[in-house]
Amino acid sequence: MFRRLSDRRESSVSFTFNGVPTMARHGDSVAAALLAAGHCSTRRTPVSGAARGPYCMMGVCFECLVKIDGRPNRQACLTTVVEGMRVETQDGAAMPGREE
Amino acid sequence: MIQNIQSAADLAPAYDLVVVGAGPAGLSAAIEASTHGLAVLLADENDSPGGQIYRSVERASDADLARMGPDYAAGRMLIERFRRADLSYARRATVWNVGPADEETCDGAHALEVGIALGGIARPIAAHRVILATGALERPFPFPGWTMPGVMAAGAAQILMKSSGLVPSGRTILAGTGPLLYLLASQLLRAGVSVTAVVDTTPVENWRSALPHLLGFATSPYALKGLKLLLEVHRRTRVIRGVTAIETVGSAQFSALRVHRGNKPLRIEGDLLLLHQGIAPNLNLALAAGCDYVWDERLAAFRPAVDVRGASSVPGVSIAGDAAGIVGAVASARQGELAGLSAALDLNRIDQGAYEQRRNELARKLARALRGRAFIEHRFRPGKRFRVPEDDGTIVCRCEEITAVKLREVAALGVPGPNQMKAFTRCGMGPCQGRLCGLTAAELLAQCRNVPPGEVGYYRLRPPIKPVTLGELAALPHTDAAIVAVAGFVERAADGAQDVTNGSHQ
Repeated sequence: MFRRLSDRRESSVSFTFNGVPTMARHGDSVAAALLAAGHCSTRRTPVSGAARGPYCMMGVCFECLVKIDGRPNRQACLTTVVEGMRVETQDGAAMPGREE
Repeated sequence: MIQNIQSAADLAPAYDLVVVGAGPAGLSAAIEASTHGLAVLLADENDSPGGQIYRSVERASDADLARMGPDYAAGRMLIERFRRADLSYARRATVWNVGPADEETCDGAHALEVGIALGGIARPIAAHRVILATGALERPFPFPGWTMPGVMAAGAAQILMKSSGLVPSGRTILAGTGPLLYLLASQLLRAGVSVTAVVDTTPVENWRSALPHLLGFATSPYALKGLKLLLEVHRRTRVIRGVTAIETVGSAQFSALRVHRGNKPLRIEGDLLLLHQGIAPNLNLALAAGCDYVWDERLAAFRPAVDVRGASSVPGVSIAGDAAGIVGAVASARQGELAGLSAALDLNRIDQGAYEQRRNELARKLARALRGRAFIEHRFRPGKRFRVPEDDGTIVCRCEEITAVKLREVAALGVPGPNQMKAFTRCGMGPCQGRLCGLTAAELLAQCRNVPPGEVGYYRLRPPIKPVTLGELAALPHTDAAIVAVAGFVERAADGAQDVTNGSHQ
């Protein structure tokens, strides 16, 4: 779905998405890293369960909400990936406090 | 030298001026005010300065600059000046409120209070003046299927290219109207992306209203740039015009776009659909601060009401750049400077003569930067049928999944404005707080009631305008009176406990 331009030379960072080890580049937002790894659907809506993915990439639409290190409702496009980060899809309404 | 604010603890309790947003308007406002000796805090939610237009330009390589073009590269100089300015900069900061100072907690000297959350802690910051430079949002573009994965805003693709060097790997379709659509098409083509088609939804009749403004445009710097862009895109990909409606095919993931024009629909296969039909002022913070706003028929959007200096209806609060009406990066910077200069005059840091000289110079530059805008606005005004979905099943509110038919049903009941419609349907009540449905909902209701959108108005927005956690709010300092009001008593620390907190206990 997205590919990295060959002239970009940022170093690699690894994180997990739904438990699966995934590579990103230094400076990527979580949303950019997920798109780069081929995931354009990153949550299911609380109303109908429809699949959604990042839409605006600038913190406006809230379509890219994911769970990060156990905390739900994080905006993936406004969060920078760091080494070892744990990212999970959010299916339906994620209630704070129900996290592990 | 710039002071980088790392945590809420680094924030001063008060500043002369708080600027919100680090795009061209915000950066310019902050630099201008700081050169006149004001204590300035610039708060921005992104990782680095530049806003959307100059995003990541500081770490762009020569190849990046060549792809994105000279208008992007121009941001470097502005950000270099910003880095050298004597002011405070809080990145990754969420500004969730701007309002009059709290009577109980304020120091009496500062008229305004700004709610900022930084690194998990919220803080009220006092200010004499606030400049909102919150920029613009891409207009909502509701049609059947615009919510499915594989459909994104054109600006999103630009952000991915600027900040991560990511470009679409498959067949890419662009749809909509406006100069940015063609700019993105040329940037993608230059990066070697397979752009299958540009589906141009610009209404043909726009020429009629645009024509009287052609001379101003032809003599502006926009003309040559625009022409080159159009030629480049036309030469390298297929441009489809005269489009009356679009919809996606399938349901789970974007795979094709159906394009209606004339009497036979066209099917275009693709892996990614990028949408754009212009940008509109980002209103949320201005409206939550209580600023008056108006419907701008030419922009087909609401914008805050401001005077020539950028002053809003709320004393001490100014608005600069695209947040006050769409003007582009160069004019935004001049408006930011004018707002910063006005703050310096209001706070007596500059004498009247010096102020007038600088103001006249900036006003001249602003007028030059605005030349040609009228033509662009008329020429690329998105059509009504793409602003208010005719198809009843189209989702208007993405968060709460409210369709056009549901809103029309409620409109038929005689609701006076979008707030009542929101209460009836939850349209605009989701996490995006109406940013992706507000314009559509207001125009749909106005159409049903047969009145101008200005008469039905916009959502009533209240702080917090961005999600703030209970933990962040709990970290706010509270007065004894406030604690007594909730808990009934105030817990006083014993002497020993105080010793422990001071670190002097053995």
